[in-house]
Amino acid sequence: MIGARIFKFLTIVFLLLVSLPIIFGFIWLFISTFSIRTFGLIPVDSQGHIGGLTLSNWKFLADKTIWLVTFNTLVLAIGLTTGIIAVSAFAGYALSRMNFPGRRSILSLSLMLHAFPSVTLLIAIYFVLRWISKIPVVGNGLPVIGGFGYDTLGGVILVSIALQLPFGVWLMKGFFDNVSWDMEMAALIDGCSRFRILWQIILPQIKPGIAALAIFSFIEGWSSFLIPYSFMTSASTATVATYLNSLLSDSAPVNYGTLAAVGLFQLIPVLIFFIFTQKYMLNIFSGGVKGSS
Amino acid sequence: MGGLVNRLRAMLKLHFIVPFLFLVVVFYFIPVIITFLISLTNMSSYTGFSNWHWVEFKNYEFIFKNPETAQHFWITAKYVVCTLIFFNVGLAFILAIATTHIPRKWGYFFRSLWLLPRITPVVVYIMMWQFLVADAPYGVINQLFIKPLGLQPQNWLAVVPFLMIVLVNGFVGASFGMIIFTSAIESIPKDIMNAALIDGATIFQRIRYVIAPYLKWPLLFVLTYQTLSLLTSFEQILILTNGEFGTEVWALWAYHKALSNYWGNFQWGFGMALSAVLVIVGVLFSVIYMRFFKFKELVKRPKIETL
Repeated sequence: MIGARIFKFLTIVFLLLVSLPIIFGFIWLFISTFSIRTFGLIPVDSQGHIGGLTLSNWKFLADKTIWLVTFNTLVLAIGLTTGIIAVSAFAGYALSRMNFPGRRSILSLSLMLHAFPSVTLLIAIYFVLRWISKIPVVGNGLPVIGGFGYDTLGGVILVSIALQLPFGVWLMKGFFDNVSWDMEMAALIDGCSRFRILWQIILPQIKPGIAALAIFSFIEGWSSFLIPYSFMTSASTATVATYLNSLLSDSAPVNYGTLAAVGLFQLIPVLIFFIFTQKYMLNIFSGGVKGSS
Repeated sequence: MGGLVNRLRAMLKLHFIVPFLFLVVVFYFIPVIITFLISLTNMSSYTGFSNWHWVEFKNYEFIFKNPETAQHFWITAKYVVCTLIFFNVGLAFILAIATTHIPRKWGYFFRSLWLLPRITPVVVYIMMWQFLVADAPYGVINQLFIKPLGLQPQNWLAVVPFLMIVLVNGFVGASFGMIIFTSAIESIPKDIMNAALIDGATIFQRIRYVIAPYLKWPLLFVLTYQTLSLLTSFEQILILTNGEFGTEVWALWAYHKALSNYWGNFQWGFGMALSAVLVIVGVLFSVIYMRFFKFKELVKRPKIETL
């Protein structure tokens, strides 16, 4: 059995070695957030001597821009979360519990969409958003989100909802499939409407599913880069991600510590969610993730 | 025809499903149609939205004749194959086996660790890599490994750009296969595993004769799914190199042509033709998928017949 122990030990060492880039990446981020500069993982001061710990990298918090982009990002994340839950809960319920002509075709359609790489449609969606922009009021005259057209936060939210939808619908359908039929049958016989059944009987039973989808979409919205980057022309001040990217690709000399601090600022909510919901996440990811490699 | 209209009418009565259908039509159907239509025009920021005309298949001909095409094609093929083999399937498989053969706590720790790149906001994630490989004295790899070994520190992003895009995508991609393979391995009946252990099978024999047969379908699933996502995803490359150093994969090429380039000359027609190629590949793959992965089981009829 000693052989088996050594084997296990060696496996752990091997795993540590392959994981080094991830470990170093995060250590680097945390250290440079609080240092003037870093040489490798060692904080140094402006002369290059070890030391130089500082809080000055967090000065960006006093800047108005960061709060503007944070507000935008929160609106995007919350909009995406509520939108995706509403649309996919309704659709998932209908697909799971109702029988109607065309159900099979819609199901196979949404499964196909689940596999279909939606990023390829990005260029065409640009044209769709431009057309939506031409609709009065809805296009670009709404408060807070600006409307649903091109170069508005609402447009970005709408596109994000649409691209996450096949995933959301399948997830919700899976949860509805596991709810027992008895209570629903009883309520139907008592003359309850399908809407009331959904609201009062079924939804309370699939709270874990809704929570999972909510966490997942919130993180997606909070982190999303490509859609706001592509569809908001004022992209550098659109969301936290695009703001960080504009700092990162700035050709002028940038303070790396500030970059790291903005990065950590964006990462913290995600990490908090992650720590408390790892089990959910491991399950939800095995249900399939769209869009990313 | 009449049947179709009736069907549509019945669907619209189902207000539950209307928002879903609406979004699918606006953001999937119409874009697919637009992609193919505009790929048949010479529309660009030069012609604007009023001065364009139909050019039939000129854009597609141009893809074939363009000297750049071969380069983009090969870099895409190389990138997809390398990332798939070494990370999304290869490393994912190794991680799944390794984390299920060590104490549970450790296995759980490493699986969570490997999930981090996936949930880290993409710009932050790329930034970490940029500083891992940055030139001396800042870069972590140069400082910790290259210098102590007495080698010449370099900005590795410029030296080995191809390796970098594979690594960056592979570290995100590996977790997908890892999770799927792990749950497949954990679903292997315990008696079979124990029988193999009692018979004195080595770890490699167990992988070959016990685990591998159970992983056939998950393996195929991960392979097809990830081929498709690697082929079409370009977000990480866009942020990491923006296609410089010969890393402009097909999807990024289309994106640059149509939506984002330094010169502000957007060639919508040509860009759409490039992405139409990917759309066709995407549809083909999705159809193959549905045929193979137990579709019938997923659509079993609901028990209540009334609406």
